[in-house]
Amino acid sequence: MTIAALNSNPTPAILPGSGGVRGALSDLFWRKPKVLLLLMLLPPVLWLGIVYIGSLFALLAQSFFSIDEFSGLINREFTLKTYADLFQAANLDIILRTVTMAALVTLASAVVAFPIAYYAARYARGRWKALFYLGIMLPLWSSYLVKIYAWKLILAKEGILTWLLAKLHLSWVLDAWLSLPVVGGNSLSVSFTGTFIVFVYVWLPFMILPVQAALERVPGNLVEASSDLGASPGQTFRNVLFPLALPGIVAGSIFTFSLTLGDYIIPQIIGTSRLFIGQAVYSQQGTAGNIPLAAAFTVVPIVIMGFYLWGAKRMGAFDAL
Amino acid sequence: MTSAVSFQKASRYFGSVRAVDAVDLEIAPGEFFAMLGPSGSGKTTCLRLIAGFEQPTSGSISIFGERAEGVPPYRRNVNTVFQDYALFPHLNVLDNVAYGLMVKGAGKAERHKAAEEALALVRLPGYGARRPGQLSGGQRQRVALARALVNQPRVLLLDEPLGALDLKLRENMQEELKSLQKALGITFVFVTHDQGEALSMADRVAVFNDGKIMQIGTPEDIYQRPKTRFVADFVGSSNVLPPDFVQRYSGQHRWGSLRPESIRVGRAASGEGVSARLVSTNYLGATTKLALDADGLRLHAIVPVGTALPGEGEAVVLTFNREHLHLMDEPA
Repeated sequence: MTIAALNSNPTPAILPGSGGVRGALSDLFWRKPKVLLLLMLLPPVLWLGIVYIGSLFALLAQSFFSIDEFSGLINREFTLKTYADLFQAANLDIILRTVTMAALVTLASAVVAFPIAYYAARYARGRWKALFYLGIMLPLWSSYLVKIYAWKLILAKEGILTWLLAKLHLSWVLDAWLSLPVVGGNSLSVSFTGTFIVFVYVWLPFMILPVQAALERVPGNLVEASSDLGASPGQTFRNVLFPLALPGIVAGSIFTFSLTLGDYIIPQIIGTSRLFIGQAVYSQQGTAGNIPLAAAFTVVPIVIMGFYLWGAKRMGAFDAL
Repeated sequence: MTSAVSFQKASRYFGSVRAVDAVDLEIAPGEFFAMLGPSGSGKTTCLRLIAGFEQPTSGSISIFGERAEGVPPYRRNVNTVFQDYALFPHLNVLDNVAYGLMVKGAGKAERHKAAEEALALVRLPGYGARRPGQLSGGQRQRVALARALVNQPRVLLLDEPLGALDLKLRENMQEELKSLQKALGITFVFVTHDQGEALSMADRVAVFNDGKIMQIGTPEDIYQRPKTRFVADFVGSSNVLPPDFVQRYSGQHRWGSLRPESIRVGRAASGEGVSARLVSTNYLGATTKLALDADGLRLHAIVPVGTALPGEGEAVVLTFNREHLHLMDEPA
């Protein structure tokens, strides 16, 4: 179009509406953006509010009922007796074991995830970044059960790990470890060590991704600035990288911690016969038919997570957000 | 006297790109030195070589007589004010400023006292409790300056520190930086693409292009006596005159430069000179910039406001003082 054409043939300053229902809706949403927001939020709010929170409260209510020891029927009267049952030595043992395992799994996941996330956030570009995401996500595509049974084979006495260590003349390391109390056992697949390894394996992606996202948001020149001001790489990690990655680590640890607290399949397949909270819930609501105690058990992780987040906030984990 | 910073044939290549190409450079202690050039000319890479963020591919770099190759940034007593300030978002202003002292192991009371003093030096006293996010661009700039100065560096590097500020603030900061440098006596190395900034602040200026230094000299040298067409054009947008044109007025077949303010514009009838046509006028406040066409050669002239001007498209005659015509070294 020439300049002369532009001057002689002006387009209208206000364009006509496109008409029809869609045009009218577009105009309405533009004039009243809150209508659109309400329409978009309504379904998820209904879902979260009624189905999700509702069932959580139903669960909470169940935990304040008790079971009649003789008839096995549920007594629908408010009582704290079920919660008192939680503090029986056997049950307390389960809670303590699960929380310890969850804490160790979280710690190990954070230690393993950080370098991977750091590499992905700082150095990986283009194809390597795609490979990173593929490597992290690929295990999530296959069935959780298949992975756990695969690990059972890896960790079994006749498994590949035992074979590999024998080839490397390192069987004595494995034997020494298995002879230790608590963490040891007949083979890795029937020890807490095995449970721990598989937990870390299965939940690792949930730690790597938030840590990577947090590190990605740390501008590279902050690391340079820290070094410029005289901080050694270790000091830069402690004073700059770690505090800025902490929200990501906390986000990841919420996943690893709460998933470990609630899982009942991994300790069932790999580990000792001692129960974790998830298994306790499973057996209480199933064979034992003690729904109130099962409900009380499920409240434990919720309370622990509440304290955990409160503590993380007080530590300043969310200050950098 | 040992130089504050010395480059001997220092190069930095990124793959096949020669970001810094065999640069020789001596910066004197206590000097306010500006590195001026367009983006991608290698000036920032030079700064990063001094800071230690980059290592030279070849050649050597000394800081106060000590070889700096292979020395990490944290072992150099050199501090940087970053282009976008790079303040730590999770620390308040006081802890940001005290960071360098903290990692060196200074006690809390001692480093906070020093940080308060540094904040007072950049005229931000009492801002210590704020977060960087609560400050304006100019204030962040001052915090970044205080954070660098509190370490009492031998050399202070400034990477386009005023680039993000608005004009008024930038002019204030230019004056402040200059007086601060005079008062502290620290060697300042200042990277900028703004020739006005370089000329007004620096004791000496190095003009960079394509990874090489085109010319080093005082601001007056650079402005009045550019050695190459690039320097003449980049610093103050001088009129670059081709050898044939220059020969007519000076007798020498060389490239020449003529500052726009050296050209006088007269009516076509008023006698001898270069005949030209006025293409357009740009009002700049105190002056008016004229675009002229002298037989195919594009020229610019700057005349004071109040000069009677011919209309656009009219024929004019250009005159200039012969001694203002500067002949460049660059071969014709």
